[in-house]
Amino acid sequence: MSVDPSWIVAFKRFGLGPRPGDVERAGDPREALLAEIASPEALKLDGSDLLSTTAILQAVYADEEVKRMQRQRLAEAAKVAMGMPAPSVAALEVPAATAATNPSALNCSTPPIPVVVNGSMGQQANAAPSMAPTPLPAAGSMGCEANAPGKQPDPETQAFRADAIARIDRACSASIGFGERLVAFWSNHFCVSTAKSNQVRATAGALEREAIRPHVLGRFYDMLVAVEQHPAMLHFLDNAQSIGPDSKAGKNRKAGLNENLAREILELHTMGVGSGYTQADVTQLARIITGWTVVGREGRLGEPGTFVFNVNAHEPGAPTVLGRAYDQDGVLQGETALADIAAEPATAEHIAKKLVRHFIADNPDPEQVKRLARVFVDTKGDLAQVSKALVTDPASWAAPETKFRNPWEFIVASFRAFARSPNDPGPAINALNLLGMPLWRPAGPNGFSDDSAAWLSPEGMKTRVEIAAQFAHQIKDAPNPVSLIDVILGPKTSIDTRQTITRAETPEQAYALLLLSPEFQRR
Amino acid sequence: MTLSFMPPLSRRLFLGATAATFASASIPRWASAAPTRDPRLVIVILRGALDGLSAVAPIGDPDYAALHGDLALQLGGDHPALPLTSFFALNPAMKNFARLYDAKQALVVHAAATNYRERSHFDGQDVLESGMLTPGLTQSGWLNRAVGALPAGDRVGQKGGVAVGAVAPLVIRGPAPILGWAPSGLTPPTDDLIMRTMALYSHVDPALAKQLQAGLDAERMASKQGMNEKPTGDVVAAMRVAAEGAARLMTADDGPRVGALAIDGWDTHANEGGATGRLAQLLGGLDGAFAAFETELGDHWKDTVIVAVTEFGRTAHINGTTGTDHGTGTVAFLVGGAVAGGRVIADWPGLKTEQLYEARDLKPTTDLRCVLKGVLANHLGLSATALATSVFPDTLGVKPMSGLIAA
Repeated sequence: MSVDPSWIVAFKRFGLGPRPGDVERAGDPREALLAEIASPEALKLDGSDLLSTTAILQAVYADEEVKRMQRQRLAEAAKVAMGMPAPSVAALEVPAATAATNPSALNCSTPPIPVVVNGSMGQQANAAPSMAPTPLPAAGSMGCEANAPGKQPDPETQAFRADAIARIDRACSASIGFGERLVAFWSNHFCVSTAKSNQVRATAGALEREAIRPHVLGRFYDMLVAVEQHPAMLHFLDNAQSIGPDSKAGKNRKAGLNENLAREILELHTMGVGSGYTQADVTQLARIITGWTVVGREGRLGEPGTFVFNVNAHEPGAPTVLGRAYDQDGVLQGETALADIAAEPATAEHIAKKLVRHFIADNPDPEQVKRLARVFVDTKGDLAQVSKALVTDPASWAAPETKFRNPWEFIVASFRAFARSPNDPGPAINALNLLGMPLWRPAGPNGFSDDSAAWLSPEGMKTRVEIAAQFAHQIKDAPNPVSLIDVILGPKTSIDTRQTITRAETPEQAYALLLLSPEFQRR
Repeated sequence: MTLSFMPPLSRRLFLGATAATFASASIPRWASAAPTRDPRLVIVILRGALDGLSAVAPIGDPDYAALHGDLALQLGGDHPALPLTSFFALNPAMKNFARLYDAKQALVVHAAATNYRERSHFDGQDVLESGMLTPGLTQSGWLNRAVGALPAGDRVGQKGGVAVGAVAPLVIRGPAPILGWAPSGLTPPTDDLIMRTMALYSHVDPALAKQLQAGLDAERMASKQGMNEKPTGDVVAAMRVAAEGAARLMTADDGPRVGALAIDGWDTHANEGGATGRLAQLLGGLDGAFAAFETELGDHWKDTVIVAVTEFGRTAHINGTTGTDHGTGTVAFLVGGAVAGGRVIADWPGLKTEQLYEARDLKPTTDLRCVLKGVLANHLGLSATALATSVFPDTLGVKPMSGLIAA
């Protein structure tokens, strides 16, 4: 059966790349994409080892408590050994906050935690070379267990690993993968970084699973609220520590307002930078969402590891954002403000532009962005309708293949091209690190770039050759590489690419060249 | 498509230092040998098509020098070829092989090919390794099926085989149990892959070419290594490491008795070189692998046969980029203490245009499968029937070549 080129577009532009046999079918690929949009339940991710954020955080708290006790015993033992009288337990008490921000030496699997002061993420970005790509053992053991035989990995490592495996497996097995592409898009839009702390490392995958996936084909507002109230985001952008200056807690302590989350809500998550909000709007929104925090280990405000509205930390009053005053009580005040911000035309414009840039072209066609933004506004942020509009817009199909696959898309497409799913996520995670796209660990809250130029770099290209060679080296029992050209790269593959693959010296070399071909690298 | 092989004996020239001893291939080797004999067999697949005329040069052929041009080996000059007979000389990169040849532990079969007559690497390798008449018929190789066809209780059959490399070569894949072994560490991309990728990008996607080139330049600067040294140096080292690892496994009492490894890089379309250069470096790597096997196998070397074969040869004339294109007839190397060596076995077809296959390639006059069958029959003791049915199916007319294994 001959391959309809539009199926290749569907798989490459909107999906995660074809597997052998995927494109040899009849019918309209748009219908197949619409069918994925009509099946939001397919995006649900669960499994016995995928714990809720609450369960994960409770395990992290318990682990931190154990380690705190260990340090305490060691310190006592050291003092006894030095002939000092054993001090009282109270004198040795390590403040909980210190324990949480200083990873102990035992915690060997956790990369050094960059200090993020009040959202000055620029520091983090500058420190990228040292903080990013901690190459993981090639054998795929991602945690401490390689170094400390018999020792259980930290809970944050276990949780990260379980969610990473689930994400990679789902991407490799998805039908076309449009839904999974949308998950990756929104997850990056509402990104956190595992480099922030143990808590964020532990729950970054859970944020995607709990706050992104259920709403990717739902309402934008619901996703927005789910994300901004998720413990991973509250920790990542410091709102868990933000305290209204005139709140009960604020009057008792020196701690105060932290604008980090409020700023990124306006600048990154909704309206976009330069869209008309002011610094006053940022500060007022920060006041509105004071008290949005996470219940700590002691469980003073509720069940440990859950989102809670802490009225004692909430700034009283009726702040004004974008000209509207909010006088609601409790969490409703912030949720109402978010609803209004989500409905701002600038939000529709911002989201539409990002979607077109991600899926279609680095320089989005303004007309197409307008059309998509209109759907966003008209449907009150119904993301299923927005996604539908994106795949039914003829402009989406007519654009040339100029986008360069980002590392995640490249790695997943490589597995799919050979109908593989990694048994062990280690090598895939390591490859993402080497290619500069470590999973759930962007350099800043603006996420990984959606501009091809960011990935089309000298080091990036050199590393892709190395990874393609390594990948091809491990392919066993794959079909004749020549037979993969039409079904993986498409019938429009250039003569040069065909000849290069056909004339390869070995099947292994041909597989590598297939993965490196411009037709595979671009979409 | 299939050529008739096994030319009349009168036409067959055995050019060698000694008269060949003809043992009857119909008598299994183990039937007459002492029961303590414990043979080892290694198959080396040279992927990419080895230029037999630059590996073992027919310097006595009046047409050779003109035809092979700048790549032709010669007996004089800075890098003189190593004479094997009055007619053939070995590439100077293969000094170990020459030494073993003199010790009668190495031989060359020239102008050989399988029955495959197209020029696709993948299909040619498939036929070479599967032992089938056409490509794509099976996922098992003839070496694996040979192990499986041995009588119950045979030591080789019991101990099985080892496949060297992350991916087992097809020749050893199949139902018989096979160990896998790979040198540790990542395999860096070969120079050849980088070259081909760059060529493709330059034609189709200059933006990718520009970035990749910059990345390679940066790496080169960082490593402060010359372009010529590093890649082939790695390839040579990789061949030796692979051979050492395989040999150590095969030395163990309960280790595998047969092994297979594949070496890439022989597809020398451009800047092939002759007595020096790219091909000579690869041949030096292969030569080093032979030496590593000899060293590591120790006492077992006397019971060892290593067969190095390739999917087909290359054009007799050089092309416009100082290389050679896909051809047909080429050489096979047999090395090991159990080889009845010191000979070049060839029914030389000549190099005049009308003597070349399709007026371009060295014409194959020896069926490579006769050689392989001869080794399996006299070294491992497989019956002619098994060889013509399960090992190389439908090849009753392809007779095992006798006399390849020392008495």
